[in-house]
Order: sequence, then C-alpha cells, then structure tokens
Amino acid sequence: MIDALFNWFDERLGISGSGRKMLNKIFPDHWSFLIGEIALYSFIVLLGTGVFLTLYFVPSSKDVIYQGSYAPLRGQPVSEAFASTLNLSFAVRGGLLMRQMHHWAANIFVGSIVVHMLRIFFTGAFRKPRELNWIVGSTLLILAIFNGFLGYSLPDDLVSGTGLRISFSIVESIPLIGSYAAFFLFGGNFPGNAIIPRFFILHVLILPAVIVGLLSAHLGMLVRQKHTQFPGRGNTPRNVVGAPLWPTFVAKTTGFMCLTVAVTGVLSAFFQINPVWLYGPYVPYKVSYAVQPDWYMGWLDGALRIMPSWEIVGFGHMIPNVFFPAILLPGITFGVLQMWPFIEARLTHDHAEHQILDRPRDRPKRTAFGAAVFSFYFVLFGASATDVLANYLSISLNVVLTSFRFLAVIVPLVVFPVTFRICKEMQSVPTAGKRKRANVVLRSAEGGYSTVPSEERPGDTVPRVDPLPLDEDFQFVTVLAGAVAAGDGQAGNGHVEDSEPVPPDEVHDGRRRGGIFKIPRAYR
Amino acid sequence: MPDEPDATAGSQERDDPPRRVRIPVASIRTDAPQFQIAARNPRRAEILAGSGFLLAAAGFAGFGAAYWQNYSNFWLGLTFSVGFGGLGYGMVVWGKYLMPRGPFSESRHDLAPTSVQREEFVQDFASRGKVAVERRGFLVKTLGLASGILGVVLAMPFIRSLGPLPHKVLRQTAWRRGSYLVDITGRKIKTGDLEVGGFTTVFPETDIGGAYSQTMLIRVDPPPASGYLKPPPQFAKQRATWAPQGYIAFSKVCTHAGCPVGLYQELTKKMLCPCHQSLFDVTDAATPIFGPAPRPLPQLPLYIDDEGYFRAQDGYDEPVGPGYWERGND
Ligand code: HEM
Ligand code: FES
Repeated sequence: MIDALFNWFDERLGISGSGRKMLNKIFPDHWSFLIGEIALYSFIVLLGTGVFLTLYFVPSSKDVIYQGSYAPLRGQPVSEAFASTLNLSFAVRGGLLMRQMHHWAANIFVGSIVVHMLRIFFTGAFRKPRELNWIVGSTLLILAIFNGFLGYSLPDDLVSGTGLRISFSIVESIPLIGSYAAFFLFGGNFPGNAIIPRFFILHVLILPAVIVGLLSAHLGMLVRQKHTQFPGRGNTPRNVVGAPLWPTFVAKTTGFMCLTVAVTGVLSAFFQINPVWLYGPYVPYKVSYAVQPDWYMGWLDGALRIMPSWEIVGFGHMIPNVFFPAILLPGITFGVLQMWPFIEARLTHDHAEHQILDRPRDRPKRTAFGAAVFSFYFVLFGASATDVLANYLSISLNVVLTSFRFLAVIVPLVVFPVTFRICKEMQSVPTAGKRKRANVVLRSAEGGYSTVPSEERPGDTVPRVDPLPLDEDFQFVTVLAGAVAAGDGQAGNGHVEDSEPVPPDEVHDGRRRGGIFKIPRAYR
Repeated sequence: MPDEPDATAGSQERDDPPRRVRIPVASIRTDAPQFQIAARNPRRAEILAGSGFLLAAAGFAGFGAAYWQNYSNFWLGLTFSVGFGGLGYGMVVWGKYLMPRGPFSESRHDLAPTSVQREEFVQDFASRGKVAVERRGFLVKTLGLASGILGVVLAMPFIRSLGPLPHKVLRQTAWRRGSYLVDITGRKIKTGDLEVGGFTTVFPETDIGGAYSQTMLIRVDPPPASGYLKPPPQFAKQRATWAPQGYIAFSKVCTHAGCPVGLYQELTKKMLCPCHQSLFDVTDAATPIFGPAPRPLPQLPLYIDDEGYFRAQDGYDEPVGPGYWERGND
C-alpha cells in the first residue's frame, strides 16, 4: 500500500532523486546544534496553542461588565479582551493550560533563539558563506521579541496596558515623525480603542506569517549550505559528519520536539504565568507596582531606568529622554547584530569560506568582545529590577540605581580582559574542556598513596571509527547502456569495473514494480 | 555526476528512449561498524523505549480523562506532559541506541558556480535583456512612473487612514478655565474632602478617567505660607496663588514615559512613578530629583470657588506627559 502510494507520487513528482539526498542529509552530533531545534519546536507550540486561543479570545477594547466565573472581578467594567482572557482562564476547558503554555513557549522561544545565536556567534558559524543566514536569523530574533510583546499586550490587563502606555511614549519620542507614528499606530491619542484589534491581527497573522517565511528561508539555506561542524576526527571542510536524517535524526528530533512540548506543559502545570486576574483590567490612571515585563524586554526596561534624566531641546524641537534608551539603543544593538559578519570580516580581513567552526578559546578577541557585550545587556537586564532589589536588600533605591549606572560601564570593561585571559590560558592547556578519565587514589597498607586511572566507561569502549560517506558509496548511476562500454562519463570512478549492470526497472502496464520497502536482494 | 547521462537522454527523441542501465557504484556495506546499533544491549534499550511509549499512552489516556472530568489545570498539564515526555523519551532512546551508530558523512559541494556557469548565465540574461529592455528606455520609464504612482497611492490608505494627525492634541488636555475637580465617580471635590497628607486622583468633568487629564490633588501640610511649597524662583510670582490652602495639583502623567505617577509619600513630600522610579519633589514644583524623568510634572492652577469647590484657574500651561519632537521649549 505504502509502496504503491510512493510509486504513484514518485512517477508524477519524481521524488526519489532529491528525496534520497534529503534522507542522507547529515546532522552533526554536537549538542549545541539542538538549541535551534528548541526554538523551532517552541514556535510550533506557539502556533498550536495560539490557534486554540484565537477561538476564544475577543480582540476588542469595548467596555463590558464582567459577568464570568471569577468572583472578585464580577460586576466590574472591563474590556472585552480582558473579559475573554478571564473566560479563557476560568471557563474554557483546558484554556488556562493553553494560555500558560502559549506564554511559557513564548519565553522559551525567544530564549532559545538568543542562546542559539550566541552559539553561532562564539563559534564563528556566521562567516562566509553563511552571512545571509545570520541576517535572517537575527531578523527572526527581532520579530520574535516584537511578537512576544504584541501578544503580551493583548489581554488588556493593568500590567500590559502600562507597557502599552510606555510604548506609545517610545514611538512618540522618534525625532521628526514620532507623534505621527504614534497616532497612526494607536489610531489616535493614547489609549484609543484601535490598538488591541490592530495588535491582534499583527500578532496572530502578519508577524507569524513573516516568521514562517523567514524560518523556511533559514532552514532552506541550511540545507543548501549544509551544516558547519567542529574540528574532529574525519571532519574536513569538504564533508559533514554526523547522523543521517533518516532514520536517526528523524527519531531523535521527533523525540526532542515531544520533550520540548512536555517541558512547556510541565512549566504550565506547575508555575503560574501572567495571572491577569490578579492585576485587574487596565485603567489609565491606575498604577501597577513592581511590574516586570517578560524577560526579553528586561534589557529595555533596565535601560529606561538607568538612563540619566537628559533631554535635548533646541530650535523649537525636542529629542526626548526615552529616545536614547528605547529607540537609539535597540537600533544600534540590532543594527550591529545584523551587520556583524561584515564588521568582523572587515576587522580581520578574513574573507575566506569557513565550514569548520572555531572553538571560542581560539578566537580570544571575538570571544572576549562577545562576552563583554553580553555582560552589558545582562547588567541592563538586572537594572530592570532596581526596585525589587532595593526592597529585597533594604537599601535605598538611589544607591541601587547609581550602582547600576556604574556597573553598566564597568562590567563590560572587566569582562573583556578576563575572558581574553581565560581563552589564552585554555589555549595553552590542550585537554581543557575535554572529558577526563578519573584517577583513583589508592592508599596502601603501609600508608603510601598511589594513583591509577579509573576503569573505562562504557562509552569509551565503543571504538571511534572514521565517518562512512553515505552519498559516495551507495550511488546507483543510471547511464546509457552504450556509454558504459565506451567508458563515458564514468572515467573517474574506480568502482564501476567490478559492478554488474542491472536491468532497468521492469515496467508492466505502465506501472513500476518495486518500492521503498522492496530492497533489491543484493543489498539486503 | 549521475544526472548528466540522463540529461543527454532527455534531449533524445521522446518516443524512443535510450536503454538505461542502473549500476551500483559500490555495494552497501551494512556490515560496516557504522551500521551497528549503538546499544550493547538492544533488548534493554527496547524495553526502555517501549516503557516510554507505554507511559505516553497512559499519559494521553489520563489527559483525556482529566479533560472529560474537567479537572484542574494542574492535572491537565501533568497528564499532557507525561504523555509527551514518554513519547519524547521513547523516540530519543530509539534513535540514540537502536539505530545505526555512525558516524556517517556526506560531501560538501561548492556553492559558488564555476566561472563558465556564471558566464553562461550572464550571457543569457544580458543578451536577451538587451533586446527586450535596454532598447526600450521609454517603456521602462513609463512603467516606472505608473508603478511609482501606484506605490505612493497605495501607501496613502495604508498609512494616512490609520489615525488622525496629532495637530494640537498633545498640547492640550481637557482642563479648561473653571473646570471642576471631580474624582473617578464624578463627585466634585470640596475643601475639607482630603485629610492633611491625603491625595486623590481628579479629572475635569468632561473627561473622567482620561489618560491625559488625570491629575493628582494633594493636601500638603503645613500650608505654603509656612514655607513649604515654595516654587522655584522663576515660577514664584506666577504660581503664588496656584495652591490655595495647601491643596496642590500636578499632572499625573509622568514626564518620562507617561506612566501614572501614583504614589505620594507624605513623609518626604515626594511623588514616585512606579514604572522607572522617578521621584518628584512636591515642595519644589514637582521637580524630578531622582530617576530618568527629565522635566517637572506640570502644575494645575487651582482656586476655591464661593461654594468651596476646587476649580481650575486655567488648563495646564504646557503639554503634559513625555516629550516629542514638536514640543520644543514650551
Ligand atoms: C512568534 C510567535 C508568538 C509569540 C512569541 C507569542 C507570544 C504571546 C504572548 C506572550 C501572549 C500573552 C499570553 C498571556 O499570558 O495571556 C500571547 C497571547 C496571544 N497569542 Fe501569541 N505568540 C506567538 C504566536 C501566536 C500565534 C501564531 C497565534 C495565533 C494563531 C497567537 C495567538 C495569541 C492570542 C489569541 C493571544 C491572546 C490570548 C490571551 O492572552 O489570552 N500567538 N502571545
Ligand atoms: S514613566 Fe515615570 S519613570 Fe518612567
């Protein structure tokens, strides 16, 4: 049955040829290659749970009196969006699970993209010929952050509404076009009632569609250019070593997808996220205390907090304070991020192709620079908790804030040389980072000590063998019968001589015999 | 490459396909060490993977039951995750231990085309392009004109219809000369409504709950005569009458990013914005003394009418809230 189906399609679409190449596509075994898969699978979770949410969520800021099952808010005027979010959480069966999974998956999604990107950065995988894919990848990061923010704003609760208020001010702060951009985005002055439906359509349709498109481009380029790989036994710039798509990778990656779903589910079962009913509906004159945005907005919030109170005024115009931390900083951040492959190539004059990854320690300058930059954003992230820290440590907010202003400058300046030194030290220790066999210290009856290596572990006994080239060794070559005799086209191939010509597939009544599960006897 | 003979075959007459022969280039060495499975004890691995799948079956069945019985989020999430966890575990064990252990490799081919290929492409493109496009400068220009106009015209509904122009909206709030100060329920505020040190959010009657007209009314003690509430020198004269009997009103829209500045500490006489912790000194015309806020909160000039109600002498004399490009100095 499957054979027949396969043949049916194969005869019409000709899948065998490229399909076989796909089956043999090699995926490197290193764990760091899994991080991108987490991103992919949490996006799939987002799509699945998101579709469920759209069935019940009402994207409208129209005022209604809440009549649902959550008693403390019953009788209060709330927006339809907020009411439907409560409804999702309390009345729809499995709704709270889907909402929490959606939110957790969003956090995992952005997180895994960031870690994935750090892997690419520190191993130099972005170098020629993969600059384009770096740009697509970093665009995906930006879109993921944006879409997360849009989704976060939809329930119209006190916390997300405050976030919207701040974003209005941020858009407003753009020189020249700011107030127009903000009015057009919100459909008028803040708060207006256009923003929820608008964000909704961006969140559930437009940005996901763009993300799906870019994701396909990302993976398409990956297939076309093939994976990079770490240096290792049998790994050369001319091959890729690892597990083939079929069956090993398919099994492992499907398993991995299920595990990603499971982890998201566990988080949503055990840890509450975004309990909007505790925040209450958004009202412009109410404040929410100790408000933290989702983690991936933390660095922006921190930057807003530690920015000194400057503002540029002159010639009848103003560049407001929030412009610097909330427009200029992300602008520079994402600009440099996207252009990094070209910036680095210009600095190193390295324009060669690279298929073999760097170990971070072997590129101490890049590694130190990356670590310093990362530490800067980490400090900003920490600064988004100034009020929480001040409370927790019982010190004055003033002290906390001032320290963060200093830390933002000092930490990167310290991290750079320290990382640089660590890299250099690791370079000089050849076994650094390798798994060592433990030594066992023995004490003899006389009290003397001696050391012997511990017993081998099971993993050590599997002999490491050279990679077996899949595509070169099992090729069927279809040639014209006469060409073989003439030695045409196969001149370079040493295997041809000792193989027997096989008759072409038998064709009866226009149907082909044989199929994927009928392996010719000779190869069984 | 294997395809090349095919390509020649394709160019021959269709009715009479040439005889093709499939030649295995080498025999498959399924006995190669790379094809051995990774597990030394396959039976055990099979049992582990199988238990994973059985666990998954139990988990999913449990999820069905929990859903049917409308159990709590906790049970739904737990059974769901046990299902997927078991599935994932089984698949990973299967793939890791019961499949060819490898390593395998595939070869990498140059992505950049040969110079001949490139040459041919450029040739085809340029030679036809010359005939079709280059000699038709007039067509190219008119086509460009039409599409350009289309682009601009399309942009108009997509951008211009999105919202009204800001014009003066940002400069003005709903406060007018003589506006009563009312609270969120619409009740007019009178002298004596606030304790000393008390504060409340007030609006003009025309915009109750308004995002921009929200204003903080504070009763400060002791009254200004005794030295508190001294506006900075440049305001001293103008604002002398703005805070009758120690009642003072500031815009509640933070000059930083617009959050409501909703906390008032009576002890220090400071207003705190909870968003980024800007601190405004009420005794000093709400000048920011801490945090990122760049400007003082605008002050609403108050008076007490004959019946004892608070009213605005006038609207705010500057735009409230965060800055924007057109704002300039005012
Ligand atoms: C890049 C992918 C996405 C991210 C990062 C993301 C993130 C978020 C976040 C953080 C929320 C707030 C959830 C809450 O706690 O209430 C949310 C809400 C929502 N999302 Fe997504 N989402 C993504 C894709 C999607 C897709 C593809 C759909 C639909 C097809 C969708 C539909 C919804 C709906 C309807 C809500 C509002 C429901 C509610 O908040 O109760 N999302 N999203
Ligand atoms: S909005 Fe008030 S401090 Fe930022």
